[in-house]
Amino acid sequence: MWDYSEEVMDHYRNPRNVGSIENADLIGEAGSLACGDSLKLFIKLEGNIVKDAKFQTFGCGSAVASSSILTEMIIGKTLDEVKKITNKDIADKLGGLPAQKMHCSVMGREALEDALKKYYGEDSEEWQELELMDEHSKAGEKIICTCFNVTENQIWEAIKQNNLTTLDEVTNYTKAGGACGRCKNIIQDMISTYLNKKPETQELTPTQKILKIGKVLEQQIAPQLQKDGGDIELVDIDGDIVKVKLIGVCSACKNASMTLKNFVEAELKEKVDNRIVVEQVG
Amino acid sequence: MIYLDNNATTKVDEKVLNEMLPYLRDEYANASSMYSFASKPAKALQEARAQIRDFVGAKDEKEIYFTSCGSESANTAIKGVVNCNKEKRHLITTKIEHPCVLNTYKELEKQGYEVDYIGVNAQGDLNISELTEKLRKDTALVSVMWANNETGVINPVEEIAEIIKSRSPQTKFFVDGVQSAGKIQMNVKDTKIDLLGISGHKFHAPKGVGALYVNSSTRLTSLINGGHQERGLRAGTENVPYIVGMGKAATLASDALEYELKEVKRLRDKLENGILRNVYNSRLNANLLNRVPNTTNIGFEYVEGELILLHLSDLGICASSGSACTSGSLEPSHVLRAMGVPFTALHGSIRFSLSRFTTEKEVDFVIEKMPEIMDKLTKISPFQDELKKLREIKKGE
Repeated sequence: MWDYSEEVMDHYRNPRNVGSIENADLIGEAGSLACGDSLKLFIKLEGNIVKDAKFQTFGCGSAVASSSILTEMIIGKTLDEVKKITNKDIADKLGGLPAQKMHCSVMGREALEDALKKYYGEDSEEWQELELMDEHSKAGEKIICTCFNVTENQIWEAIKQNNLTTLDEVTNYTKAGGACGRCKNIIQDMISTYLNKKPETQELTPTQKILKIGKVLEQQIAPQLQKDGGDIELVDIDGDIVKVKLIGVCSACKNASMTLKNFVEAELKEKVDNRIVVEQVG
Repeated sequence: MIYLDNNATTKVDEKVLNEMLPYLRDEYANASSMYSFASKPAKALQEARAQIRDFVGAKDEKEIYFTSCGSESANTAIKGVVNCNKEKRHLITTKIEHPCVLNTYKELEKQGYEVDYIGVNAQGDLNISELTEKLRKDTALVSVMWANNETGVINPVEEIAEIIKSRSPQTKFFVDGVQSAGKIQMNVKDTKIDLLGISGHKFHAPKGVGALYVNSSTRLTSLINGGHQERGLRAGTENVPYIVGMGKAATLASDALEYELKEVKRLRDKLENGILRNVYNSRLNANLLNRVPNTTNIGFEYVEGELILLHLSDLGICASSGSACTSGSLEPSHVLRAMGVPFTALHGSIRFSLSRFTTEKEVDFVIEKMPEIMDKLTKISPFQDELKKLREIKKGE
């Protein structure tokens, strides 16, 4: 049994805005019957504002819930606001989704994109602007996962929007690699490419920075130290100063300061912010 | 609660529990010990072995080995046979086996064995002529399940055993009997089956105990090394209370077999017909006639399985689906795919599996509720035109 939030259960039990809209101004589609879930999104505009939205979904409980809440999220919003809704926003609004179900929220985002793309036209400035959110989109139509028809573009989008760092995460968010597994190597390469990318020049907010430091420490640095029988604990973050505690064999290691500078600090500098200084505490 | 997922697991019969309790509470001696305190557990073990012998219809209780589950039985059989016949490099199984067989075969394939996976037709019936053609002199082992867990379709294992032994007498034949145990008559001594695996919790014993029948002419290496238990094939202190429970459950299942074949089947048929008649987007995934009496697998077109299960669950009804979204794996059921179930129904297939504890009232409730659930869920589906066509076809019938 999935650990669904109250919101998810409420929305699959009592889905809002089910149905279609005749003469809809925007229609977006995502997924397919063969893949096990598909979504059709109908939008009626009044000027630049979403006046009404309806959906039809073939899919599991969280797919219906994601679609249902998406219609609620966009009604009354301007297209400019709607454009910015990410799959994470959908999942957050539902009080979170089980990791293996994140692809349902991605489907919501994809249907929205499809609707906007058809509405603006592929050559339009608005669509180009949306596309610029993803610099990899030019090669993006290539199908990576043939079992579930997942394109390179979709995988990039999921990796970047959700800062995915493992193959399992990508499968949970996009389904790619979930069946025959032949595309796993390609996906792994994409993750590596993403992880090795130079840090974004764009300034992170203090909260974003703290979250990112935590994530890099937990998912990339700690596993390396654990391989050697050690571990690391985040104690405090004060601006650019990251205070950590080395534990296990690392704490007694005479190379501890080297580990801190050359590995922990270097990783954080590269992945989060060049100005980060790592300090060891008690 | 209405429990219609008895192919997943069953409730422990009260009589089984009562039989087990003394061995959990007072008679805790190690059955292999030399003092008289151990004589009761040792005797109970012997009795349970005889009960399982009768249950599977073996000649001798020496042919019965206790294991921890069906998966262990399958692993012991497959790896054990292969290890004893290293010169033979070819293996056969079916595309619809349980993962405990399929994944063991895949592992052996990685180690360099050549494997043929035999397919089924749209009704789920095994392609026997394909299996016959693939048989070779260097085929070490053929594995075929007696009944399929998802569809309930019965494979003609007696007939397959004859074919194997007439064509390649040295080839061993393992039958996964986990889903046939307690649902149809099994009589291995009248067949040429070499090995048969069963699992207690599928016939009202607790989880954590299984058995493997190995006929006297078949040699195996052991999976778990250690002490001399189970005549050296399976080390580990005998799980006396659970083995006693399984023995009792086997006897009860044998006694109830007639009820199973008549009454459980009647209720299954009632449920199945009730749903197929009242729900226009439903179809049967299986051979109508050749099935164990408790199982039905119904495909609901253009509606996804997990969503159906969640709505059933809200009404207290427990069923299951091979659908992608429920199992953690994203791929739809390998069994239904091997049958070529159209993808319109592949993701919306639900298995109802009854037991001797299922009541008529429960079945009637599901028959009553299913059309209501489907009415609600088809409205959400994006495939309204297709559904409309199905509705018209059903009206015409």
